[in-house]
Amino acid sequence: MNFYTDNENLSFYLHHPEMDQVVAVREKNFAEAGQHPEAPADAVQAVSQYEMALNLLGSIAGEVIAPNAEAVDHEGPTLEGGRVHYAPGTRRNLDALIQSGLYGISLERRFNGLNFPRAVVVMAAEMIARADVGFATIWGLTDCADTIQEFGSEALKEKYLPRICQGATCSMDLTEPDAGSDLQSVRLKATYDEAAGCWRLNGVKRFITNGDADLHLVLARSEEGSNDGRGLSYFVFDKADGGMTVRRIENKMGIKGSPTCELQFTNAPCQIVGERRLGLIKYVMSLMNGARLGVAAQSIGLCEAACREAEAYAASREQFGHPINQFIAVQDLLSQMRARTDGARSLMYETARYVDLATTSRPASRIADILTPLVKLNASEFANQCAYDCIQVHGGSGFMKEYACERLYRDARILSIYEGTSQLQVVAAMKGIANGAYLKQIDSYEARVAEALAGDAETVAGTPVAELKHCLDVLRKATEAYKRLYALATVDGTTSDRFEHMTRALTVVLSDIIMGYLLLLDSLRDARFLASCRYFVRQSIGQATRHIAALENC
Amino acid sequence: MSYKIVVLAKQVPDTHNVGADAMNADGTVNRAALPTVFNPEDLKALEMALQVKDRVPGSTVTVVTMGPPRAAEIIRDARSRGADDGIVLSDMRFAGADTLATSYALSQLIRQLGPVDLIFGGRQAIDGDTAQVGPQVAEKLEIPQVTYAEELLDIADGTITIRRRLERGTECVKAQLPVLVTVTSAATDCRFPNIHRMFRQAGEEVRVMNADGIDADMERLGMKGSPTKVKKIENVVLAHKESRVLEPTEAALNELSATLIREHIL
Repeated sequence: MNFYTDNENLSFYLHHPEMDQVVAVREKNFAEAGQHPEAPADAVQAVSQYEMALNLLGSIAGEVIAPNAEAVDHEGPTLEGGRVHYAPGTRRNLDALIQSGLYGISLERRFNGLNFPRAVVVMAAEMIARADVGFATIWGLTDCADTIQEFGSEALKEKYLPRICQGATCSMDLTEPDAGSDLQSVRLKATYDEAAGCWRLNGVKRFITNGDADLHLVLARSEEGSNDGRGLSYFVFDKADGGMTVRRIENKMGIKGSPTCELQFTNAPCQIVGERRLGLIKYVMSLMNGARLGVAAQSIGLCEAACREAEAYAASREQFGHPINQFIAVQDLLSQMRARTDGARSLMYETARYVDLATTSRPASRIADILTPLVKLNASEFANQCAYDCIQVHGGSGFMKEYACERLYRDARILSIYEGTSQLQVVAAMKGIANGAYLKQIDSYEARVAEALAGDAETVAGTPVAELKHCLDVLRKATEAYKRLYALATVDGTTSDRFEHMTRALTVVLSDIIMGYLLLLDSLRDARFLASCRYFVRQSIGQATRHIAALENC
Repeated sequence: MSYKIVVLAKQVPDTHNVGADAMNADGTVNRAALPTVFNPEDLKALEMALQVKDRVPGSTVTVVTMGPPRAAEIIRDARSRGADDGIVLSDMRFAGADTLATSYALSQLIRQLGPVDLIFGGRQAIDGDTAQVGPQVAEKLEIPQVTYAEELLDIADGTITIRRRLERGTECVKAQLPVLVTVTSAATDCRFPNIHRMFRQAGEEVRVMNADGIDADMERLGMKGSPTKVKKIENVVLAHKESRVLEPTEAALNELSATLIREHIL
């Protein structure tokens, strides 16, 4: 089984019309062509390389990682003498990916990376998560390398990045017992050792995913006497240098193959990344945005797995003389699961493309910033809903441990919590709501759809234009309803409790409108997205009017 | 000491993905309708060869295959997994070859490569299941053979130690090089291709040789060199209704033996 070739949606987004621009930006207009034996000469060759790599990764996901997932979930990692030992299946997964060169795929070629854009990296992450979300956290943490690549000194890059491409595992050490969502409270101490010419870490980190990794990015307090985010700096710690032990592995509800650790740093030598005091306010924020997109990819991978488990079961399970997928009540569940998956996926690749374009464009960077919390929020909530519905389709069997849906349900639960809870994503969206940035983005989608439907053609991509125009009309109405809802929510201003209470509702309506537009744009290329588009069209107008009614009447 | 290793490989129809149009009306295989794959046991043979290369640095692995030009795909695949080189033996004069003519052509090609220390091949190909080509190549090259290999145990001082499958259990065999080894499906799965090697060799040519390049007797190639004549192929489905239940008595077993001998099964 190949998780790339059996999912035509991935190829659809890989060949998105805007990918040429993404590739050109990533490849700096193909400056390395002819200089490096693996550098592509044009967008066609680059996309062909992406396909080659995704095909290979798809086979590893389908043939190695997915078959290992159940045993890894049962066995989990173990702790011995302060060191973590992965479950045997996790080790096999890592070996296959390292052997195939699919580690550090976003890193520059001079470090033996593949220089893949974010839009391709998240596609790889989606496939791995479909196979095993727990393992996806371990593989995905190589994103830490991007922070070193972006902000680290040349010496730091040369020292660590080639190792990551060879398979060194990574962790992002932020959380502490008293610093979870509030990272300004981080207390782990970093002091400069003049004699040794390095920084030293002392203190405890908690809930650290893949905590016994080879390389750690650690947020620590470098400015003695400070007590806010401006006293924090960012460090890279190499486990081989000693000074860190794992005190415990948490006994978790899900993603059990991924070791979540409590770490004790004792005079651990480390090196600073970038400048002092910018640890939280610049570097972690950058890393966090990437990590949120990564969690969205994990969520969509899980949604895809849940859809497939439910669809296969509903096709084979017979009741009352018919497969249960012939009953409308079950069809509703299945189509909603598929729609949510399609909507979140379309939003994720849209966001990833903007993240790629953001390196050379300030407007693209602003759009990437406003879309990131939306995709993290929606994808992770949808993953939970899909996992819930997957069990529902399975009926009593789904409640038993024999079916994969039980593991999916447990694995999904963390997605709306880590790398910023859903509530924090809503907070992150508040600025874009208040300054109209989301509405501006919606206007640009509206203009693109309207332009595409302006001609005399009766059908577009096999769909009657009238049907597409109807979706457009409803999305326009939903946008007007959103504006009405916003007006009601801000009668006391944007700093009022009323507005804060309403931000989640506003965020959800905005999300539905945006996903509706994105799926409408996708439907202009392929009619198979129309059913999912209609779901979000209905959701957007339904949610907006429901909240308006509530505010007007209560 | 390093070794020169050859792997015999074949591109075969993917019998796991057989559609309704897989067979022609005359009973022959409709190759155009079938996707092709690296013969699974040949991939295991490649892995064993690469394990020797891992253990004995400086060793080289050359994959050889006979087939149409598109068989170059499996050479590229093998190179991306770690093989150093590969050759496609392709010529219309090889067409219609049975195992005798195939093993002759492959052995002549191997002779052109100079002294070879080790030859690995899959036990059999999934499109023919004869398990004859490997042993016949060994016979033609007049070197010993170890068949049904499952695991490489050791390679040192010009000898190889292999665990091989027997009808009831396994045995460990130590053989002096040169030797030909056929590998079964129980051996270790082949390592995955490496993406960097895939990118680097995407534009590289695959060496293709024809009948003129292997110093062959043309009478021993292709259809001419193949004593096997396929009269007819039919699809036999063993239905449950044809089964018989026998009493566990001596008389019943004697009758069964007699029936099987009469029907040329035994």
